[in-house]
Amino acid sequence: MADVLTFTDRGIYCPAGDFYIDPWKPVDRALITHGHSDHARFGMGRYLATAGTAPVMRHRLGQITLETVRYGETTRIGDADVSFHPAGHVPGSAQIRVAVKGQVWVASGDYKTVADGLSEPFEPVQCHAFITECTFGLPIFKWTPEDILTQQINDWWAANAAAGRASILGAYALGKAQRLLTTVNPEIGPILTHGAIENTNAVLRNQGFPLPDTTLVTPDMSHKTHPGALVLATPSALGTTWARRFGTASTAFASGWMALRGVRRRRAADRGFIVSDHADWEGLNTAIKATGATKIFATHGYTSAFQKWLSSQGYDAHIVSTDYQGEDFDQAEGPEA
Amino acid sequence: MKDFATLFTRIDESTKTTVKVAALADYFQTATPQDRLWTIALFTGRRPKRTITATRLRTWAAEVAGLPDWLFEESYSIVGDLAETISLVLPPARNITERTLTDWIAYIKSLSAREEDDRKAGILSAWDSMPNTERFLFTKLLTGGFRIGVSGKLITRALAKATGQPEPQLTHKLMGNWTPDTTTWDALIEADDPTADLSRPYPFYLAYQLDGFDDLGVPTDWNAERKWDGIRGQLILRGGEHHLWSRGEDLMTDRFPELAQLLDYLPEGTVIDGEVLAFAAEKPLSFNALQKRIGRKTVPKKLLTEAPVILMAYDLLEHQGDDIRNTPLKDRRAQLQSLIADVPATAPIRLSASVPFQTWQDLSAARDQSRALNAEGLMLKRLDSPYLAGRKRGDWWKWKIDPLTIDAVMIYAQAGHGRRANLFTDYTFAVRHGSDLVPFTKAYSGLTDKEFREITSWVRKNTLQRFGPVRQVPPEHVFEIAFEGIQASPRHKSGVALRFPRMLRWRRDKPVDEANTLDDLKELLATYG
Repeated sequence: MADVLTFTDRGIYCPAGDFYIDPWKPVDRALITHGHSDHARFGMGRYLATAGTAPVMRHRLGQITLETVRYGETTRIGDADVSFHPAGHVPGSAQIRVAVKGQVWVASGDYKTVADGLSEPFEPVQCHAFITECTFGLPIFKWTPEDILTQQINDWWAANAAAGRASILGAYALGKAQRLLTTVNPEIGPILTHGAIENTNAVLRNQGFPLPDTTLVTPDMSHKTHPGALVLATPSALGTTWARRFGTASTAFASGWMALRGVRRRRAADRGFIVSDHADWEGLNTAIKATGATKIFATHGYTSAFQKWLSSQGYDAHIVSTDYQGEDFDQAEGPEA
Repeated sequence: MKDFATLFTRIDESTKTTVKVAALADYFQTATPQDRLWTIALFTGRRPKRTITATRLRTWAAEVAGLPDWLFEESYSIVGDLAETISLVLPPARNITERTLTDWIAYIKSLSAREEDDRKAGILSAWDSMPNTERFLFTKLLTGGFRIGVSGKLITRALAKATGQPEPQLTHKLMGNWTPDTTTWDALIEADDPTADLSRPYPFYLAYQLDGFDDLGVPTDWNAERKWDGIRGQLILRGGEHHLWSRGEDLMTDRFPELAQLLDYLPEGTVIDGEVLAFAAEKPLSFNALQKRIGRKTVPKKLLTEAPVILMAYDLLEHQGDDIRNTPLKDRRAQLQSLIADVPATAPIRLSASVPFQTWQDLSAARDQSRALNAEGLMLKRLDSPYLAGRKRGDWWKWKIDPLTIDAVMIYAQAGHGRRANLFTDYTFAVRHGSDLVPFTKAYSGLTDKEFREITSWVRKNTLQRFGPVRQVPPEHVFEIAFEGIQASPRHKSGVALRFPRMLRWRRDKPVDEANTLDDLKELLATYG
């Protein structure tokens, strides 16, 4: 039986429907799992995405031909039945289910299994073959439970505010920043944001996501005009002149990589909060098991170890080479993941 | 252990020295004397004796975590620290119990006398009784090497803050081969006499690299001597015994038995700072000769004749039992010279001669002869300088020669670990040989973080083949590799081994066909090997 999805140098391709999923080179028809820039790229003839992902794509890609679908709604493309299901990665993100002649394949894009209070929670989809990321596909990655994480960030912010210091927190502009916004306690002090984050906030607010009040950082602001502020910035803004206006602030990153002491120290931040929009080790394993799939394709992350692990667990597991980058912490102007 | 974990967390969560010192000083004022002593010991490289092998720990941790051994190893290669890997993969603890740092260390010691099964049960129950940070620290105690971003300098600063004693005095007190089992907080820190322990060395005085002559004043204020390429050491003759310490505070006495005869020629109460050198026919041999003796605890006779060592004496720190570090260098050297003058020429000690010069230009010419003399460069010391503790600016300068260099092509890349997890930082380099590329060295330092990030992203997009963690990449990038020495090595495909290779710069301007060749490398070997 022909494969429902194949792997090409342009992206994941469906011969029965003649479309691509998250392609990295220009194609006529692209189905997009979510709005991060390594998945939703310029230059496609037509786009199909969830209604929740569309606004951020329009914001980032400008004038594009874009159709939207609701979660769970089935669309017929050629000989393929296509539907989008929540991936829990960022607001609007989806796994794409493709069924051809009774064979079901799912391309999951990026996902996480823990509810973050903002994104539509991950939904397991039964399938024969499952295409998975494994950015954090090693057993050393275990995320801090949501309630403890919130406590840690609030304690850190409150202690800094009490000592008269600003708290600068580095987090990706789409997804991570907003989920942190919804969990922190806005009574501790004012919340300021970097431009890239505030733009995304505006898009999500328009869609009706409830975010607390935030203020865009402008040149006249400093730790003196906004004492005890929490400043949400993109990771690349930390340590730049932009950040120096806040004086001797306490700095922190929010990333899955913060699980590793070495990475934390390399970035020379005061604190590292272990939080990711990707699945941790347990999340990956649980999600894969829940699909009932026997055939697994690992796209990006610790692929060789993860493939070997899945094989040892009885799966027919493969590695495929893609241009997806996952949570690439060291990318200077990287895709936010 | 809780207060020790809190101390660790406070230190680990800050990049600011003042915060770290404050955390340590607080701890030195509140913890029990025995815990304080152990903390100093751990942070100055004195770990408890290893009672369980790392292999056992890995196997047990993988078993408890339900992981195959290879996956544990894969994780370890990313994390780069065994104790951290173990604490990350283990399931959460179920029976939290509190014991002091000293208690846990005693617990570890008590395991050594027990049967294997008992030891395993002891470790597993300990892991199951501690929250994450404590578990990490406990496992660190088992695996040794307590490097967590606390330098000896930080410890003495914090102790000075906590006790009100001056830093140099504390630095001196912490030197030598004490352990918490052989001393107490009172004896080590509170007692007045740092020379109570006869084997205790003085802190070494270290120099910075010279950055110009402008601030030096007139040449006549200075003494120049060779910077010899051996092992810096401190020879102590006290109480009828001798001790030889390395700069890293390793006791090296037994490795260089020929120095024992100096007891016969030098007076009681003498401490000399010098360089242990392989030496024959009144000339230092190359570092390669000395290398054969490093790491050997006992020396076979053959090696004693092949690579005999001497102490090339730089300075006199103690004379007739008196600490003379505060007298001017010119007086200390005069005393050293007269001591050595009385020693027969067959004895393994020489005075490191002054290099005569009138102008700084003379000195530059003298420096150019370094390699021919098997020296690393020159030392400049102010004639009226005291012998200080640690690395200090102003009175002593080192002026090293430039390293040897070669332009090489990167052919493999491997991800680093620890600080460098998920960055490609370890590269294999090749030189050209006809149309082939012959690998000859690895290097993993010298580039900026930004360059490492750029190469990482390039490697990800340009991997030709994977061999486990190693990626083969197209031979496109040329790097200038610097190194301190070169020697023939039958173990390497290229036939050479380099000493301390590192990347001096990324030669983006150089195409691959302008990289150096195997013949170039062999010429370097012929000249400097």
